Amino acid sequence: MTPAYCGRCGDPLYARPHPACEAALALEPPRYCSECGRRLVVQVLPAGYRAACPTHGPVH
Amino acid sequence: MHDVLSRARTQVLADGIGLSEPDLLEVLTLPDEVLPDALQLAHEVRLRWCGPAVEVEGIVSLKTGGCPEDCHFCSQSGVFSSPVRAVWLDIPSLVEAARQTAASGATEFCIVAAVRGPDERLMAQVREGVAAIRAAVDINIAASLGLLTQSQVDELAALGVHRYNHNLETARSYFPSIVTTHTWEERWDTLRMVRDADLEVCCGGILGMGESVAQRAEFAAQLSELDPDEVPLNFLNPRPGTPLSDRSVLPAKDALRAIAAFRLALPRTILRYAGGRELTLGDLGTRDGLLGGINAIIVGNYLTTLGRPAGEDLALLDELAMPIRALSATL
Repeated sequence: MTPAYCGRCGDPLYARPHPACEAALALEPPRYCSECGRRLVVQVLPAGYRAACPTHGPVH
Repeated sequence: MHDVLSRARTQVLADGIGLSEPDLLEVLTLPDEVLPDALQLAHEVRLRWCGPAVEVEGIVSLKTGGCPEDCHFCSQSGVFSSPVRAVWLDIPSLVEAARQTAASGATEFCIVAAVRGPDERLMAQVREGVAAIRAAVDINIAASLGLLTQSQVDELAALGVHRYNHNLETARSYFPSIVTTHTWEERWDTLRMVRDADLEVCCGGILGMGESVAQRAEFAAQLSELDPDEVPLNFLNPRPGTPLSDRSVLPAKDALRAIAAFRLALPRTILRYAGGRELTLGDLGTRDGLLGGINAIIVGNYLTTLGRPAGEDLALLDELAMPIRALSATL
């Protein structure tokens, strides 16, 4: 599905472009669910990360 | 050669004595055209007093977020409206993280928790985690759990934790601008207990938090007085929601001047690239730092942010003909 919310700042994507957020996400995991904008539970690991939305489950 | 570098060639390279605070301030304010000379000298000092090997480490957050302290740089403080949510890492995942770290060639694995200091729940998790890692993975275990009591220091030593990280973060004179919920002196007290228990001391900080260049020199001199086994150098990566979120990233040349200065302050220490280097220095600057006094790196991801893939750093070390420090050399 098309993401509705920015994974970095959690704002709706329709409101404005997010080029700085997109660039930043190269070096940080998403913190917000792209479907509902809720904060994710994120565990960063040495070779990856796990993220999950309380509503929508694991984020890949 | 610039005067301060000539002095450093005698005092630091030949005699192994770190520069004084006034001399460090001179290094930190060297003009750009002299920077390559400073980096070259710092590299010679590193080779002379530490050798060619690079120590590789991986880190993982055992307990993320929800910290009661107000360290202004930290996305894990519960005092600010950071997007980082609290989460605990389970023991099987901790062991797997150690295994992945060892597979990259690293000899160090540091278990980190975002806390003022460990409570019994965290100590129990550390106890179980350290035992599980030691049973499954051949790697040195370090820990970073905040302020400690004497009994906690003693317990970590008994568990086989060989190095303890507790950063002073910045100069003593600037610390109250960055943290108000505890003092620089409280951190120093923990470091003294760690040293007295014969654990290796790992203590560094973050550059680019708004400290003056003079305070950067002050910090290097204070670390020199502490004489830690390792100094991790972080460069501020401004985190959303923190009081430092709007700060500019430290210019690359200032970061490189700092690397040279910290090496000339601490000729024998393990000087480690830690967080923020990808943002501050990029690929080219990372190489310059490794040829300018750095002799250790964190590979892979950090606590709440991502690093570049471990393979890229290992390929760079290979290209620079810098051997990875073997586990046997650290025991």
